[in-house]
Amino acid sequence: MVAQPDDPPLIAARGLTKHFGDFTAVDGIDVEVRRGEAFGFLGPNGAGKSSTMRMIGCVSPPSGGTLRVLGMDPITHGSQIRGRLGVVPQRDTLDEELTVRENILVYGRYFGLPRSVIRERATELLEFAQLSERADELVEPLSGGMKRRLTIARSLVNEPELLMLDEPTTGLDPQARHALWDRLFRLKRSGVTLVLTTHYMDEAEQLCDRLVVMDGGRIVAEGSPRQLISEHSTREVLELRLATDDHELYEAKVSDLATRVEVLPDRLLLYTDDGDAAAKIVHERGLAPLSTLVRRATLEDVFLHLTGRTLID
Amino acid sequence: MSALERSPRGGAVQRLGRMVPFPAGASMARALVERNIRAYRSRWITLVSGLFEPVFYLFSLGVGLGALIGQVDAGGGRMIEYAAYVAPALMAAAAMNGAIFDATFNVFFKLKYTKLYESVLATPLGPRDVAVGEIAWALLRGSLYSTTFLLVVAVSGMARSWWAVLAIPTATLIGFAFASAGMALTTFMRSWQDFEYVNISILPMFLFSATFFPLSTYPEALQWVVQATPLYHGASLVRSLMLGDVGVGLVVHVLYLVMMGLVGITFAARRVERLLLT
Ligand SMILES: Nc1ncnc2c1ncn2[C@@H]1O[C@H](COP(=O)(O)OP(=O)(O)O)[C@@H](O)[C@H]1O
Ligand SMILES: [Mg+2]
Repeated sequence: MVAQPDDPPLIAARGLTKHFGDFTAVDGIDVEVRRGEAFGFLGPNGAGKSSTMRMIGCVSPPSGGTLRVLGMDPITHGSQIRGRLGVVPQRDTLDEELTVRENILVYGRYFGLPRSVIRERATELLEFAQLSERADELVEPLSGGMKRRLTIARSLVNEPELLMLDEPTTGLDPQARHALWDRLFRLKRSGVTLVLTTHYMDEAEQLCDRLVVMDGGRIVAEGSPRQLISEHSTREVLELRLATDDHELYEAKVSDLATRVEVLPDRLLLYTDDGDAAAKIVHERGLAPLSTLVRRATLEDVFLHLTGRTLID
Repeated sequence: MSALERSPRGGAVQRLGRMVPFPAGASMARALVERNIRAYRSRWITLVSGLFEPVFYLFSLGVGLGALIGQVDAGGGRMIEYAAYVAPALMAAAAMNGAIFDATFNVFFKLKYTKLYESVLATPLGPRDVAVGEIAWALLRGSLYSTTFLLVVAVSGMARSWWAVLAIPTATLIGFAFASAGMALTTFMRSWQDFEYVNISILPMFLFSATFFPLSTYPEALQWVVQATPLYHGASLVRSLMLGDVGVGLVVHVLYLVMMGLVGITFAARRVERLLLT
Protein backbone atom coordinates (compact mmCIF):
# COMPACT_ATOMS: atom_id res chain seq x y z
CA MET A 1 0.00 0.00 0.00
CA VAL A 2 1.51 3.31 -1.04
CA ALA A 3 0.70 6.39 1.00
CA GLN A 4 -1.03 9.18 -0.85
CA PRO A 5 0.43 12.59 -0.11
CA ASP A 6 -2.97 13.91 1.01
CA ASP A 7 -3.66 10.96 3.33
CA PRO A 8 -3.86 12.25 6.89
CA PRO A 9 -0.90 10.98 8.92
CA LEU A 10 -1.53 8.06 11.28
CA ILE A 11 0.63 9.73 13.87
CA ALA A 12 1.20 13.47 14.09
CA ALA A 13 3.20 14.90 16.98
CA ARG A 14 4.18 18.56 17.41
CA GLY A 15 6.46 19.63 20.21
CA LEU A 16 5.61 16.40 22.02
CA THR A 17 7.09 16.44 25.53
CA LYS A 18 7.22 14.09 28.49
CA HIS A 19 8.40 15.05 31.96
CA PHE A 20 8.90 12.72 34.90
CA GLY A 21 9.11 15.15 37.80
CA ASP A 22 11.93 17.55 36.94
CA PHE A 23 13.37 15.19 34.38
CA THR A 24 12.58 15.65 30.68
CA ALA A 25 12.46 12.28 28.93
CA VAL A 26 11.05 13.57 25.62
CA ASP A 27 11.94 17.12 24.74
CA GLY A 28 9.61 18.61 22.15
CA ILE A 29 9.74 16.22 19.19
CA ASP A 30 7.94 16.55 15.85
CA VAL A 31 7.00 13.28 14.16
CA GLU A 32 4.73 12.29 11.30
CA VAL A 33 4.03 8.72 10.31
CA ARG A 34 2.08 7.92 7.15
CA ARG A 35 -0.05 4.91 6.36
CA GLY A 36 1.83 1.90 5.04
CA GLU A 37 5.32 2.97 6.01
CA ALA A 38 7.74 1.38 8.43
CA PHE A 39 8.95 4.11 10.72
CA GLY A 40 11.75 3.81 13.26
CA PHE A 41 13.02 5.53 16.37
CA LEU A 42 16.74 4.82 16.57
CA GLY A 43 18.65 5.80 19.67
CA PRO A 44 20.66 4.55 22.64
CA ASN A 45 19.18 3.54 25.99
CA GLY A 46 17.52 6.46 27.72
CA ALA A 47 16.94 8.42 24.51
CA GLY A 48 13.21 8.60 25.21
CA LYS A 49 12.03 6.02 22.68
CA SER A 50 9.81 4.03 25.04
CA SER A 51 8.37 7.17 26.59
CA THR A 52 7.39 8.31 23.11
CA MET A 53 5.90 4.93 22.22
CA ARG A 54 3.84 4.87 25.42
CA MET A 55 2.41 8.30 24.66
CA ILE A 56 1.44 7.18 21.16
CA GLY A 57 -0.01 3.98 22.64
CA CYS A 58 -2.25 6.11 24.89
CA VAL A 59 -0.92 4.68 28.14
CA SER A 60 1.06 7.76 29.12
CA PRO A 61 -0.42 11.26 28.98
CA PRO A 62 1.84 13.78 27.18
CA SER A 63 3.22 16.59 29.35
CA GLY A 64 3.18 19.06 26.48
CA GLY A 65 2.76 19.57 22.75
CA THR A 66 0.07 18.05 20.57
CA LEU A 67 -0.38 14.44 19.57
CA ARG A 68 -2.88 12.89 17.18
CA VAL A 69 -3.04 9.17 16.57
CA LEU A 70 -5.33 7.92 13.79
CA GLY A 71 -6.61 11.48 13.73
CA MET A 72 -7.75 11.39 17.36
CA ASP A 73 -6.51 12.86 20.62
CA PRO A 74 -5.16 10.21 23.03
CA ILE A 75 -6.41 12.20 26.03
CA THR A 76 -10.05 12.09 24.98
CA HIS A 77 -10.15 9.03 22.71
CA GLY A 78 -7.58 6.71 24.28
CA SER A 79 -9.83 3.69 24.29
CA GLN A 80 -10.91 4.09 20.64
CA ILE A 81 -7.31 4.57 19.52
CA ARG A 82 -6.03 1.59 21.48
CA GLY A 83 -8.73 -0.51 19.87
CA ARG A 84 -7.05 0.00 16.48
CA LEU A 85 -3.43 -0.33 17.59
CA GLY A 86 -1.25 -3.35 18.12
CA VAL A 87 1.30 -2.90 20.88
CA VAL A 88 4.45 -4.90 21.53
CA PRO A 89 5.94 -3.41 24.69
CA GLN A 90 9.65 -3.42 25.44
CA ARG A 91 9.17 -6.12 28.07
CA ASP A 92 6.79 -8.99 27.33
CA THR A 93 3.60 -8.80 29.35
CA LEU A 94 2.20 -12.22 28.51
CA ASP A 95 -0.38 -13.73 30.83
CA GLU A 96 1.58 -16.49 32.54
CA GLU A 97 -1.50 -18.02 34.12
CA LEU A 98 -2.86 -18.90 30.69
CA THR A 99 -1.79 -21.15 27.85
CA VAL A 100 -0.26 -19.89 24.62
CA ARG A 101 -3.56 -20.05 22.75
CA GLU A 102 -5.54 -18.60 25.65
CA ASN A 103 -3.24 -15.59 25.65
CA ILE A 104 -4.55 -14.73 22.20
CA LEU A 105 -8.16 -15.69 22.93
CA VAL A 106 -8.33 -13.59 26.09
CA TYR A 107 -6.50 -10.67 24.51
CA GLY A 108 -9.00 -10.66 21.66
CA ARG A 109 -11.82 -10.43 24.18
CA TYR A 110 -10.24 -7.27 25.59
CA PHE A 111 -10.96 -5.78 22.16
CA GLY A 112 -14.57 -6.88 22.37
CA LEU A 113 -14.21 -9.27 19.41
CA PRO A 114 -16.65 -12.17 19.06
CA ARG A 115 -15.32 -15.49 20.27
CA SER A 116 -15.71 -17.27 16.93
CA VAL A 117 -13.68 -14.59 15.14
CA ILE A 118 -10.91 -14.75 17.73
CA ARG A 119 -10.75 -18.55 17.59
CA GLU A 120 -10.16 -18.46 13.87
CA ARG A 121 -7.56 -15.70 14.11
CA ALA A 122 -5.80 -17.44 17.00
CA THR A 123 -5.16 -20.49 14.85
CA GLU A 124 -3.76 -18.33 12.04
CA LEU A 125 -1.67 -16.23 14.39
CA LEU A 126 -0.18 -19.25 16.12
CA GLU A 127 0.75 -20.53 12.70
CA PHE A 128 2.29 -17.15 11.85
CA ALA A 129 4.27 -17.20 15.09
CA GLN A 130 5.27 -20.84 14.55
CA LEU A 131 3.77 -21.77 17.89
CA SER A 132 0.99 -24.12 16.81
CA GLU A 133 2.70 -27.07 18.45
CA ARG A 134 2.91 -25.28 21.79
CA ALA A 135 -0.63 -23.88 21.62
CA ASP A 136 -2.00 -25.64 24.66
CA GLU A 137 1.04 -25.33 26.89
CA LEU A 138 1.59 -22.68 29.50
CA VAL A 139 3.57 -19.60 28.47
CA GLU A 140 6.14 -19.65 31.22
CA PRO A 141 8.61 -22.28 29.89
CA LEU A 142 8.80 -20.79 26.35
CA SER A 143 12.12 -19.40 25.13
CA GLY A 144 12.67 -15.66 24.85
CA GLY A 145 12.23 -15.76 21.08
CA MET A 146 8.98 -17.72 21.33
CA LYS A 147 7.59 -15.32 23.91
CA ARG A 148 8.46 -12.40 21.68
CA ARG A 149 6.73 -14.04 18.72
CA LEU A 150 3.68 -14.73 20.86
CA THR A 151 3.60 -11.11 22.03
CA ILE A 152 3.67 -10.01 18.40
CA ALA A 153 1.00 -12.56 17.43
CA ARG A 154 -1.18 -11.41 20.31
CA SER A 155 -0.81 -7.77 19.29
CA LEU A 156 -2.25 -8.65 15.86
CA VAL A 157 -5.49 -10.21 17.11
CA ASN A 158 -7.48 -7.02 16.50
CA GLU A 159 -6.00 -6.65 12.99
CA PRO A 160 -4.40 -3.33 13.89
CA GLU A 161 -3.82 -0.58 11.35
CA LEU A 162 -0.76 0.51 13.24
CA LEU A 163 1.66 -1.85 14.96
CA MET A 164 3.92 -0.35 17.63
CA LEU A 165 7.02 -2.42 18.43
CA ASP A 166 9.32 -1.34 21.23
CA GLU A 167 12.70 -3.01 20.73
CA PRO A 168 11.18 -6.09 19.14
CA THR A 169 14.38 -8.12 18.96
CA THR A 170 16.47 -6.95 21.91
CA GLY A 171 17.85 -9.90 23.84
CA LEU A 172 17.28 -12.42 21.06
CA ASP A 173 19.97 -14.48 19.40
CA PRO A 174 20.80 -13.63 15.76
CA GLN A 175 18.75 -16.51 14.38
CA ALA A 176 15.63 -15.53 16.31
CA ARG A 177 16.13 -11.91 15.25
CA HIS A 178 16.24 -12.78 11.59
CA ALA A 179 13.14 -14.95 11.96
CA LEU A 180 11.33 -12.02 13.56
CA TRP A 181 12.43 -9.57 10.90
CA ASP A 182 11.02 -11.96 8.39
CA ARG A 183 7.61 -11.88 10.16
CA LEU A 184 7.71 -8.09 10.28
CA PHE A 185 8.47 -7.86 6.56
CA ARG A 186 5.44 -9.99 5.85
CA LEU A 187 3.27 -7.73 7.98
CA LYS A 188 4.55 -4.66 6.24
CA ARG A 189 3.85 -6.18 2.86
CA SER A 190 0.30 -6.90 3.95
CA GLY A 191 -0.21 -3.17 4.54
CA VAL A 192 0.28 -2.80 8.29
CA THR A 193 1.99 0.43 9.29
CA LEU A 194 4.96 -0.37 11.52
CA VAL A 195 6.46 1.92 14.12
CA LEU A 196 9.43 0.47 15.93
CA THR A 197 12.21 1.49 18.24
CA THR A 198 15.63 -0.04 18.23
CA HIS A 199 19.20 0.58 19.22
CA TYR A 200 20.43 -1.81 16.55
CA MET A 201 21.40 0.08 13.45
CA ASP A 202 21.15 -3.01 11.28
CA GLU A 203 17.57 -3.50 12.41
CA ALA A 204 16.73 0.07 11.52
CA GLU A 205 18.41 -0.27 8.12
CA GLN A 206 16.67 -3.55 7.39
CA LEU A 207 13.17 -2.63 8.43
CA CYS A 208 12.63 1.12 8.27
CA ASP A 209 11.60 3.20 5.27
CA ARG A 210 12.14 6.28 7.33
CA LEU A 211 13.50 6.92 10.78
CA VAL A 212 14.42 9.53 13.29
CA VAL A 213 17.61 9.40 15.31
CA MET A 214 16.92 10.25 18.95
CA ASP A 215 19.31 11.27 21.66
CA GLY A 216 18.60 12.79 25.06
CA GLY A 217 14.89 13.19 24.34
CA ARG A 218 15.45 15.08 21.08
CA ILE A 219 15.43 14.20 17.42
CA VAL A 220 18.89 14.81 15.97
CA ALA A 221 18.26 13.63 12.39
CA GLU A 222 15.49 12.35 10.19
CA GLY A 223 15.24 10.58 6.84
CA SER A 224 15.53 7.24 5.09
CA PRO A 225 18.50 5.11 6.18
CA ARG A 226 20.22 5.77 2.86
CA GLN A 227 19.56 9.52 3.03
CA LEU A 228 20.91 9.73 6.55
CA ILE A 229 24.06 7.84 5.62
CA SER A 230 24.76 9.93 2.55
CA GLU A 231 24.03 13.16 4.41
CA HIS A 232 26.05 12.47 7.53
CA SER A 233 28.72 10.05 6.40
CA THR A 234 30.91 9.05 3.50
CA ARG A 235 30.19 5.94 1.47
CA GLU A 236 32.91 3.84 3.08
CA VAL A 237 34.73 3.62 6.37
CA LEU A 238 38.25 2.43 7.00
CA GLU A 239 38.71 0.98 10.47
CA LEU A 240 42.29 1.04 11.72
CA ARG A 241 43.54 -0.83 14.74
CA LEU A 242 47.03 0.23 15.76
CA ALA A 243 49.57 -1.09 18.23
CA THR A 244 48.93 1.62 20.80
CA ASP A 245 46.98 2.30 23.96
CA ASP A 246 46.07 5.74 22.73
CA HIS A 247 44.70 5.94 19.22
CA GLU A 248 44.35 9.69 19.53
CA LEU A 249 48.12 10.03 18.97
CA TYR A 250 47.68 8.79 15.40
CA GLU A 251 44.79 11.02 14.42
CA ALA A 252 46.96 13.76 12.94
CA LYS A 253 48.95 11.24 10.89
CA VAL A 254 45.91 10.10 8.93
CA SER A 255 43.55 13.06 9.04
CA ASP A 256 44.47 14.15 5.50
CA LEU A 257 43.34 10.75 4.14
CA ALA A 258 39.70 11.13 5.13
CA THR A 259 36.85 13.60 5.17
CA ARG A 260 36.61 12.98 8.89
CA VAL A 261 38.33 10.83 11.51
CA GLU A 262 36.62 9.46 14.64
CA VAL A 263 38.78 8.25 17.51
CA LEU A 264 37.44 5.28 19.48
CA PRO A 265 39.26 3.72 22.43
CA ASP A 266 40.36 0.72 20.37
CA ARG A 267 40.49 2.01 16.79
CA LEU A 268 40.32 4.89 14.36
CA LEU A 269 37.49 5.35 11.88
CA LEU A 270 38.42 7.08 8.64
CA TYR A 271 35.48 8.36 6.65
CA THR A 272 36.31 8.28 2.97
CA ASP A 273 34.66 7.35 -0.28
CA ASP A 274 37.51 5.01 -1.16
CA GLY A 275 38.58 2.96 1.85
CA ASP A 276 41.01 0.70 -0.02
CA ALA A 277 42.95 3.65 -1.39
CA ALA A 278 43.24 5.14 2.09
CA ALA A 279 44.34 1.79 3.54
CA LYS A 280 47.08 1.55 0.93
CA ILE A 281 48.47 4.96 1.88
CA VAL A 282 48.36 4.05 5.57
CA HIS A 283 50.59 1.07 4.87
CA GLU A 284 52.91 3.17 2.67
CA ARG A 285 53.37 5.61 5.53
CA GLY A 286 54.66 2.73 7.64
CA LEU A 287 51.99 3.00 10.32
CA ALA A 288 51.80 -0.83 10.46
CA PRO A 289 48.23 -1.25 11.67
CA LEU A 290 47.34 -4.49 13.49
CA SER A 291 44.31 -4.71 11.29
CA THR A 292 42.47 -2.73 8.64
CA LEU A 293 38.84 -3.14 7.66
CA VAL A 294 37.02 -1.39 4.86
CA ARG A 295 33.25 -1.43 5.17
CA ARG A 296 30.18 0.45 4.03
CA ALA A 297 29.01 3.25 6.27
CA THR A 298 26.05 2.44 8.52
CA LEU A 299 23.60 4.27 10.73
CA GLU A 300 25.97 3.62 13.59
CA ASP A 301 28.41 6.00 11.87
CA VAL A 302 25.65 8.55 11.45
CA PHE A 303 24.87 8.35 15.12
CA LEU A 304 28.51 8.62 16.09
CA HIS A 305 28.90 11.68 13.91
CA LEU A 306 25.79 13.37 15.28
CA THR A 307 26.28 12.66 18.96
CA GLY A 308 29.93 11.73 19.39
CA ARG A 309 28.82 8.48 21.00
CA THR A 310 28.10 4.90 19.97
CA LEU A 311 24.60 3.42 20.01
CA ILE A 312 25.34 0.52 22.31
CA ASP A 313 27.69 1.23 25.18
CA MET B 1 -9.86 -25.27 17.91
CA SER B 2 -8.74 -26.72 21.24
CA ALA B 3 -10.63 -29.25 23.30
CA LEU B 4 -11.03 -26.63 25.97
CA GLU B 5 -12.78 -24.28 23.61
CA ARG B 6 -15.22 -26.88 22.38
CA SER B 7 -16.13 -28.12 25.83
CA PRO B 8 -19.38 -26.98 27.43
CA ARG B 9 -17.29 -25.18 30.03
CA GLY B 10 -16.32 -22.66 27.34
CA GLY B 11 -19.97 -21.73 27.14
CA ALA B 12 -20.19 -21.61 30.91
CA VAL B 13 -17.51 -18.93 31.03
CA GLN B 14 -19.53 -16.88 28.63
CA ARG B 15 -22.76 -17.31 30.56
CA LEU B 16 -21.11 -16.56 33.90
CA GLY B 17 -19.54 -13.45 32.43
CA ARG B 18 -22.87 -12.27 31.08
CA MET B 19 -24.60 -12.68 34.42
CA VAL B 20 -22.63 -9.83 35.93
CA PRO B 21 -24.17 -6.39 35.42
CA PHE B 22 -21.54 -3.79 34.62
CA PRO B 23 -21.95 -0.07 35.27
CA ALA B 24 -21.64 2.48 32.48
CA GLY B 25 -18.04 3.44 31.71
CA ALA B 26 -16.80 -0.04 32.52
CA SER B 27 -18.51 -2.09 29.85
CA MET B 28 -15.26 -3.82 28.90
CA ALA B 29 -14.74 -5.10 32.44
CA ARG B 30 -16.51 -8.32 31.47
CA ALA B 31 -13.48 -9.40 29.45
CA LEU B 32 -11.30 -9.24 32.55
CA VAL B 33 -13.81 -11.34 34.52
CA GLU B 34 -13.71 -13.92 31.74
CA ARG B 35 -9.94 -13.90 31.92
CA ASN B 36 -10.02 -14.57 35.64
CA ILE B 37 -12.47 -17.45 35.26
CA ARG B 38 -10.20 -18.97 32.63
CA ALA B 39 -7.10 -18.57 34.79
CA TYR B 40 -8.98 -20.21 37.64
CA ARG B 41 -9.90 -23.38 35.83
CA SER B 42 -6.57 -24.94 36.61
CA ARG B 43 -6.92 -24.03 40.26
CA TRP B 44 -10.49 -25.09 40.95
CA ILE B 45 -9.33 -26.87 44.11
CA THR B 46 -8.79 -23.54 45.89
CA LEU B 47 -12.34 -22.69 44.96
CA VAL B 48 -13.61 -25.80 46.70
CA SER B 49 -11.61 -25.19 49.87
CA GLY B 50 -13.22 -21.75 50.19
CA LEU B 51 -16.59 -23.46 50.08
CA PHE B 52 -15.96 -25.61 53.12
CA GLU B 53 -14.32 -23.22 55.53
CA PRO B 54 -17.43 -21.35 56.73
CA VAL B 55 -19.38 -24.61 56.86
CA PHE B 56 -16.76 -26.14 59.16
CA TYR B 57 -16.95 -23.07 61.39
CA LEU B 58 -20.69 -23.35 61.46
CA PHE B 59 -20.68 -26.90 62.71
CA SER B 60 -17.83 -26.58 65.19
CA LEU B 61 -18.88 -23.26 66.71
CA GLY B 62 -22.58 -23.03 66.00
CA VAL B 63 -23.62 -26.61 66.53
CA GLY B 64 -20.79 -28.02 68.69
CA LEU B 65 -20.06 -25.11 70.99
CA GLY B 66 -23.66 -23.96 70.66
CA ALA B 67 -24.82 -27.08 72.51
CA LEU B 68 -22.90 -25.85 75.58
CA ILE B 69 -24.00 -22.24 75.21
CA GLY B 70 -27.68 -22.83 74.72
CA GLN B 71 -29.70 -19.76 73.87
CA VAL B 72 -28.58 -16.16 73.37
CA ASP B 73 -30.31 -12.80 73.28
CA ALA B 74 -30.94 -11.85 69.65
CA GLY B 75 -31.89 -8.31 70.67
CA GLY B 76 -34.98 -7.07 72.47
CA GLY B 77 -34.83 -10.02 74.86
CA ARG B 78 -35.75 -12.61 72.21
CA MET B 79 -33.82 -15.81 72.87
CA ILE B 80 -32.58 -18.00 70.00
CA GLU B 81 -30.32 -21.02 69.54
CA TYR B 82 -26.64 -20.06 69.39
CA ALA B 83 -26.24 -21.73 65.98
CA ALA B 84 -28.99 -19.55 64.53
CA TYR B 85 -27.27 -16.53 66.07
CA VAL B 86 -23.80 -17.24 64.76
CA ALA B 87 -24.68 -18.58 61.27
CA PRO B 88 -25.49 -15.16 59.74
CA ALA B 89 -22.30 -13.70 61.16
CA LEU B 90 -20.26 -16.54 59.66
CA MET B 91 -21.87 -15.90 56.30
CA ALA B 92 -21.06 -12.20 56.48
CA ALA B 93 -17.50 -12.93 57.61
CA ALA B 94 -17.01 -15.44 54.80
CA ALA B 95 -18.14 -12.81 52.30
CA MET B 96 -15.65 -10.37 53.82
CA ASN B 97 -12.75 -12.82 53.83
CA GLY B 98 -13.32 -13.98 50.27
CA ALA B 99 -13.54 -10.42 48.98
CA ILE B 100 -10.43 -9.34 50.87
CA PHE B 101 -8.46 -12.28 49.57
CA ASP B 102 -9.32 -11.65 45.93
CA ALA B 103 -9.06 -7.89 46.02
CA THR B 104 -5.85 -7.60 48.05
CA PHE B 105 -3.49 -10.58 47.70
CA ASN B 106 -4.51 -11.52 44.18
CA VAL B 107 -4.64 -7.94 42.93
CA PHE B 108 -1.27 -7.15 44.48
CA PHE B 109 0.24 -10.17 42.77
CA LYS B 110 -1.10 -9.04 39.39
CA LEU B 111 -0.14 -5.42 39.97
CA LYS B 112 3.42 -6.05 41.09
CA TYR B 113 4.54 -9.32 39.59
CA THR B 114 2.57 -10.52 36.60
CA LYS B 115 2.10 -7.03 35.08
CA LEU B 116 -1.35 -8.17 33.97
CA TYR B 117 -2.85 -4.71 34.09
CA GLU B 118 -0.09 -3.26 31.91
CA SER B 119 -1.11 -5.54 29.07
CA VAL B 120 -4.80 -4.96 29.77
CA LEU B 121 -4.45 -1.18 29.70
CA ALA B 122 -2.82 -1.31 26.25
CA THR B 123 -6.21 -2.49 24.93
CA PRO B 124 -9.49 -0.55 24.94
CA LEU B 125 -9.93 -1.34 28.63
CA GLY B 126 -9.27 1.54 31.03
CA PRO B 127 -8.49 1.76 34.75
CA ARG B 128 -12.17 1.75 35.61
CA ASP B 129 -12.67 -1.51 33.74
CA VAL B 130 -9.77 -2.99 35.69
CA ALA B 131 -11.25 -1.99 39.06
CA VAL B 132 -14.79 -3.05 38.15
CA GLY B 133 -13.60 -6.29 36.55
CA GLU B 134 -11.53 -7.41 39.51
CA ILE B 135 -14.23 -6.53 42.03
CA ALA B 136 -16.94 -8.18 39.93
CA TRP B 137 -14.85 -11.33 39.84
CA ALA B 138 -14.45 -11.28 43.62
CA LEU B 139 -18.22 -10.96 43.94
CA LEU B 140 -18.94 -13.73 41.48
CA ARG B 141 -16.80 -16.11 43.44
CA GLY B 142 -18.20 -14.85 46.75
CA SER B 143 -21.77 -15.42 45.57
CA LEU B 144 -20.98 -19.04 44.89
CA TYR B 145 -19.77 -19.41 48.48
CA SER B 146 -22.66 -17.61 50.09
CA THR B 147 -25.23 -19.58 48.10
CA THR B 148 -23.72 -22.86 49.22
CA PHE B 149 -23.49 -21.67 52.79
CA LEU B 150 -27.09 -20.52 52.83
CA LEU B 151 -28.23 -23.89 51.52
CA VAL B 152 -26.43 -25.63 54.38
CA VAL B 153 -27.94 -23.19 56.88
CA ALA B 154 -31.43 -23.68 55.48
CA VAL B 155 -31.17 -27.47 55.40
CA SER B 156 -29.95 -27.47 59.02
CA GLY B 157 -32.97 -25.42 60.02
CA MET B 158 -31.01 -22.38 61.17
CA ALA B 159 -32.85 -19.92 58.94
CA ARG B 160 -36.16 -18.73 60.37
CA SER B 161 -37.64 -16.79 57.48
CA TRP B 162 -37.96 -16.60 53.72
CA TRP B 163 -36.26 -13.23 54.00
CA ALA B 164 -33.11 -15.35 54.33
CA VAL B 165 -33.03 -15.59 50.53
CA LEU B 166 -31.99 -11.93 50.54
CA ALA B 167 -28.90 -12.94 52.50
CA ILE B 168 -27.28 -13.86 49.16
CA PRO B 169 -27.44 -10.38 47.62
CA THR B 170 -26.50 -9.04 51.04
CA ALA B 171 -23.39 -11.17 51.12
CA THR B 172 -22.59 -9.81 47.67
CA LEU B 173 -23.02 -6.28 48.99
CA ILE B 174 -20.66 -7.04 51.87
CA GLY B 175 -18.22 -8.45 49.35
CA PHE B 176 -18.54 -5.29 47.24
CA ALA B 177 -17.75 -3.05 50.22
CA PHE B 178 -14.70 -5.04 51.31
CA ALA B 179 -13.39 -5.85 47.83
CA SER B 180 -13.55 -2.19 46.77
CA ALA B 181 -11.93 -0.86 49.93
CA GLY B 182 -9.39 -3.70 49.87
CA MET B 183 -8.39 -3.07 46.25
CA ALA B 184 -8.04 0.66 46.89
CA LEU B 185 -5.74 -0.02 49.87
CA THR B 186 -3.76 -2.61 47.92
CA THR B 187 -2.64 0.03 45.45
CA PHE B 188 -0.71 1.65 48.31
CA MET B 189 1.10 -1.50 49.38
CA ARG B 190 4.81 -1.74 48.75
CA SER B 191 5.59 -5.30 49.80
CA TRP B 192 3.96 -8.45 51.15
CA GLN B 193 4.80 -7.24 54.67
CA ASP B 194 2.21 -4.50 54.33
CA PHE B 195 -0.43 -7.20 54.23
CA GLU B 196 0.08 -7.68 57.95
CA TYR B 197 -1.98 -4.51 58.32
CA VAL B 198 -4.80 -6.23 56.48
CA ASN B 199 -4.61 -9.22 58.81
CA ILE B 200 -4.38 -7.01 61.86
CA SER B 201 -7.59 -5.21 60.95
CA ILE B 202 -9.54 -8.19 59.61
CA LEU B 203 -9.02 -10.66 62.46
CA PRO B 204 -10.35 -8.49 65.33
CA MET B 205 -13.23 -7.44 63.12
CA PHE B 206 -14.01 -11.08 62.46
CA LEU B 207 -14.01 -11.85 66.20
CA PHE B 208 -15.53 -8.71 67.72
CA SER B 209 -18.19 -7.30 65.38
CA ALA B 210 -21.09 -8.80 67.33
CA THR B 211 -20.26 -11.88 65.32
CA PHE B 212 -19.81 -14.50 68.03
CA PHE B 213 -21.61 -12.74 70.90
CA PRO B 214 -24.30 -10.08 71.05
CA LEU B 215 -23.64 -6.36 71.12
CA SER B 216 -25.23 -6.09 74.60
CA THR B 217 -22.38 -8.12 76.11
CA TYR B 218 -19.79 -5.45 75.20
CA PRO B 219 -19.10 -2.58 77.62
CA GLU B 220 -21.01 0.60 76.73
CA ALA B 221 -17.92 2.43 75.44
CA LEU B 222 -16.91 -0.45 73.18
CA GLN B 223 -20.37 -0.82 71.70
CA TRP B 224 -19.75 2.35 69.68
CA VAL B 225 -16.53 0.97 68.28
CA VAL B 226 -18.21 -2.29 67.34
CA GLN B 227 -21.04 -0.44 65.62
CA ALA B 228 -18.57 1.55 63.54
CA THR B 229 -17.06 -1.51 61.84
CA PRO B 230 -18.35 -2.55 58.42
CA LEU B 231 -18.61 -6.20 59.41
CA TYR B 232 -21.00 -5.28 62.23
CA HIS B 233 -23.34 -3.77 59.65
CA GLY B 234 -22.94 -6.74 57.34
CA ALA B 235 -23.51 -9.32 60.06
CA SER B 236 -26.49 -7.43 61.54
CA LEU B 237 -28.09 -7.19 58.12
CA VAL B 238 -27.73 -10.89 57.34
CA ARG B 239 -28.93 -11.82 60.84
CA SER B 240 -32.04 -9.66 60.60
CA LEU B 241 -32.91 -11.25 57.28
CA MET B 242 -32.37 -14.82 58.47
CA LEU B 243 -34.45 -14.19 61.58
CA GLY B 244 -37.11 -12.30 59.66
CA ASP B 245 -36.60 -9.08 61.70
CA VAL B 246 -37.08 -6.81 58.72
CA GLY B 247 -37.57 -3.07 59.26
CA VAL B 248 -36.62 0.37 57.97
CA GLY B 249 -33.62 0.33 60.31
CA LEU B 250 -31.84 -2.03 57.92
CA VAL B 251 -31.46 0.80 55.40
CA VAL B 252 -28.66 2.23 57.54
CA HIS B 253 -26.65 -0.98 57.17
CA VAL B 254 -27.25 -1.06 53.43
CA LEU B 255 -26.25 2.58 52.99
CA TYR B 256 -23.09 2.10 55.03
CA LEU B 257 -21.95 -0.79 52.83
CA VAL B 258 -22.99 0.84 49.55
CA MET B 259 -21.06 4.00 50.41
CA MET B 260 -17.99 2.06 51.43
CA GLY B 261 -18.08 0.12 48.16
CA LEU B 262 -18.60 3.16 45.94
CA VAL B 263 -15.86 5.20 47.56
CA GLY B 264 -13.52 2.22 47.43
CA ILE B 265 -14.09 1.37 43.77
CA THR B 266 -13.76 4.99 42.62
CA PHE B 267 -10.55 5.31 44.55
CA ALA B 268 -9.22 1.98 43.27
CA ALA B 269 -9.75 3.05 39.64
CA ARG B 270 -8.00 6.39 40.23
CA ARG B 271 -5.07 4.70 41.89
CA VAL B 272 -4.65 2.15 39.09
CA GLU B 273 -4.56 5.09 36.69
CA ARG B 274 -1.99 6.96 38.80
CA LEU B 275 0.22 3.91 39.15
CA LEU B 276 0.18 2.53 35.63
CA LEU B 277 -0.66 5.33 33.23
CA THR B 278 2.41 7.42 34.00
N1 LIG C 1 8.16 6.21 34.74
C1 LIG C 1 9.32 6.88 34.75
N2 LIG C 1 9.68 7.64 35.81
C2 LIG C 1 10.83 8.33 35.82
N3 LIG C 1 11.73 8.34 34.80
C3 LIG C 1 11.44 7.61 33.72
C4 LIG C 1 10.23 6.84 33.63
N4 LIG C 1 10.21 6.23 32.43
C5 LIG C 1 11.35 6.58 31.80
N5 LIG C 1 12.10 7.41 32.57
C6 LIG C 1 13.40 8.01 32.20
O1 LIG C 1 13.25 8.66 30.98
C7 LIG C 1 14.39 8.47 30.17
C8 LIG C 1 13.96 7.90 28.84
O2 LIG C 1 13.53 6.59 29.05
P1 LIG C 1 12.93 5.71 27.90
O3 LIG C 1 11.85 6.45 27.21
O4 LIG C 1 12.59 4.40 28.49
O5 LIG C 1 14.18 5.58 26.93
P2 LIG C 1 14.54 4.48 25.84
O6 LIG C 1 13.31 3.67 25.60
O7 LIG C 1 14.98 5.25 24.65
O8 LIG C 1 15.63 3.66 26.43
C9 LIG C 1 15.32 7.56 30.93
O9 LIG C 1 16.34 8.35 31.51
C10 LIG C 1 14.46 6.93 31.98
O10 LIG C 1 15.18 6.68 33.15
MG1 LIG D 1 13.04 1.68 25.84
